[in-house]
Amino acid sequence: MVLPSVAALAVFVYGFAGWTGYVSLTRWNDVLPDYTWAGLRAYADLFESFRFRIDLLNTARFTVVFLAGCVGIGFALAVLLDRGLKGESFFRTIFLAPLAISFIVTGVVWRWLLNPGSAQLGSVGINLLLDRAHLGVLKTGWYTDPRIGILAVAVAAIWQMSGYTMALYLAGLRSIPDELREAARVDGAGEWQMYRRVLIPILQPVTLSAVIILGHISLKIFDLVVAMTGSGPGFSSDVPAYFMFDTTFRGNHFAQGAAIAEILLVLVALLTVPYLVASTRTEVER
Amino acid sequence: MNGTILRRALAAGILAAALGVSWPGVSNAALSGKLEIFSWWTAGGEADALKTLFDAYHKEYPAVQIVNATVAGGAGTNAKAVLKTRMLGGDPPDSFQVHAGHELIDTWVRTGFMAPLTSLFKSQGWVKVMPRGLLAILSYRGDIWSVPVNIHRANILWYNRKIFADAHLVPPATFDAFFKDADALKAKGVVPLVLGDKEGWEAGHAFETVLIGTLGADGYRGLWTGKTAWAGPKVTAALETFKKMLAYANTDHAALTWDGAGEYLTGGLGAMMIMGDWANGWFTSKNFADYGWEPAPGNADVYDALSDSFGLPKRARDKANVVAWLRVLGSREGQEAFNLLKGSICARTDCVPKLFSPYQQWTMKHWKTDAIVPSVIHGAAASEGWATEYKDAIALFVTSRDTAATQKSLQKACVNAGVCQ
Repeated sequence: MVLPSVAALAVFVYGFAGWTGYVSLTRWNDVLPDYTWAGLRAYADLFESFRFRIDLLNTARFTVVFLAGCVGIGFALAVLLDRGLKGESFFRTIFLAPLAISFIVTGVVWRWLLNPGSAQLGSVGINLLLDRAHLGVLKTGWYTDPRIGILAVAVAAIWQMSGYTMALYLAGLRSIPDELREAARVDGAGEWQMYRRVLIPILQPVTLSAVIILGHISLKIFDLVVAMTGSGPGFSSDVPAYFMFDTTFRGNHFAQGAAIAEILLVLVALLTVPYLVASTRTEVER
Repeated sequence: MNGTILRRALAAGILAAALGVSWPGVSNAALSGKLEIFSWWTAGGEADALKTLFDAYHKEYPAVQIVNATVAGGAGTNAKAVLKTRMLGGDPPDSFQVHAGHELIDTWVRTGFMAPLTSLFKSQGWVKVMPRGLLAILSYRGDIWSVPVNIHRANILWYNRKIFADAHLVPPATFDAFFKDADALKAKGVVPLVLGDKEGWEAGHAFETVLIGTLGADGYRGLWTGKTAWAGPKVTAALETFKKMLAYANTDHAALTWDGAGEYLTGGLGAMMIMGDWANGWFTSKNFADYGWEPAPGNADVYDALSDSFGLPKRARDKANVVAWLRVLGSREGQEAFNLLKGSICARTDCVPKLFSPYQQWTMKHWKTDAIVPSVIHGAAASEGWATEYKDAIALFVTSRDTAATQKSLQKACVNAGVCQ
């Protein structure tokens, strides 16, 4: 029974990943395939390309902000719910709801919310809210400001994924036996110390899972960027996946597109493979 | 609204007249089966215009079932991605919308996916009624490869007439006049240059007209054939001019699409906008009449053209059906009916001007006399790969304003395309 799925996996995942790797080493820069060997030329060109350099930097900025935001907000929400907040199930549903929405919808909604408006035509969205609250000084151009760019996309992504992180942490917190907390209290630990010395260390595997799951989302992010900002001013919200689509299907640079795909694959592998190896090992030990 | 109804009635009338005359060649009864037409015309006047062509075809060849395969969005980007998958997978649509010029030639003709249409052009007399500059754009190795259904002009400066009248200014014909006007308008608190470059191509579009204005028609054409040096001082000058122009643009340009930015102009807050003549139809749809037009600065007597065209894929399932379709597209009646609704002009020079709007009549006159040059951002001048790299370099220039680095990127794009050394 396992064999068909293994065969399908071998062809459609590993086969195509390998094929893409092969294409990235050719001169295929036209509609018609050209399998002339070009070595690492596509990669060399890529790292010289201004757009790809900006993209890598954007990915780094996005990943850091997105991970910190999701883990921070998700953990805070989980703690609040865990402490017996009134109407817990109601809030739990509210916090989790964004996860049920596709990135395309999130992108469109946040594009409207973070639209800066203009001096002549007036403020809209969040900027209008800031105006009404007499916080006009905080108004910015959001994703239209090249200094912010991808970080505005990160805000939307955090909105969508922090509820999911909350669910992970909440499950973790609920699985910690009460005896541990009581023991900590008996030993004279305050609330703060209990979280710092007992609960957070116990939740470390949860944090690791969250970082892995969110990290690979942030490396592959595409739909949210397409729906929300596109490349942005001066490519300030461009990401490698979007460049890959653009250069392959608009520019016909198939080798270059394949090279970007391979680089993304390596980055995701660097993040996930150690985790997978470690988790398999623990399962075997059990 | 009334204008639209009138135009539709007019379009229907033309086609009714056309139906009396049978298209020469294939007998009507012989055609049956299917005809799948692939395009990204899904909205407004474009979809209506496509439908008139379908109606005309259907009346002529009632036994043929027309399949309208459209892919919406992204100014054709999404459609082009789908088209590539189908062409490479050996399942081409019977005929598909493609920008005439290098987008067609480099992507599909050079690679052997298309059948030549030279004999059709000759038998229908199109070689005589279409301008030579256009035929040159359609040709590759002595053959003609697609039937242009319309012509748009990219290098137009649209302006708010009331603002110019109030400021006692005339629309600028040169860059010097542009900057003088812009200073005067800025002093009055008006946005001198309206720009919306959210989708990435709009800045490249405006810069293309600056290149034409700086290098002239021949110099500009030479950029795409390797005769004009990208690294030369004139391209530097064009970049410097464009940089100076950008300083007069609305500050929120990155948040707006071209039509979003156009609200500045219709709202009396912005004075000038460099955009293709699809803006004409947009102004009309906004019930805004107080606009005028001139060639972009330095672009007098140069017609920066782009054209939607349809071709014949080698592997089309029923070639007779496709040839009949192309014949409808190339006929005077077909072109008049289509362009009335689309807002562009006929590729043929013998369409009746009085059917069309004042802007269209003006541009039809220029279509016959101006030097015709191909638009790069709209697929006519360079391969898709080159055009994409050009677009990226200028999109970055808008924020970086780094002349030297941008010129280097432009030069490199030319080298990558195999045209420059």
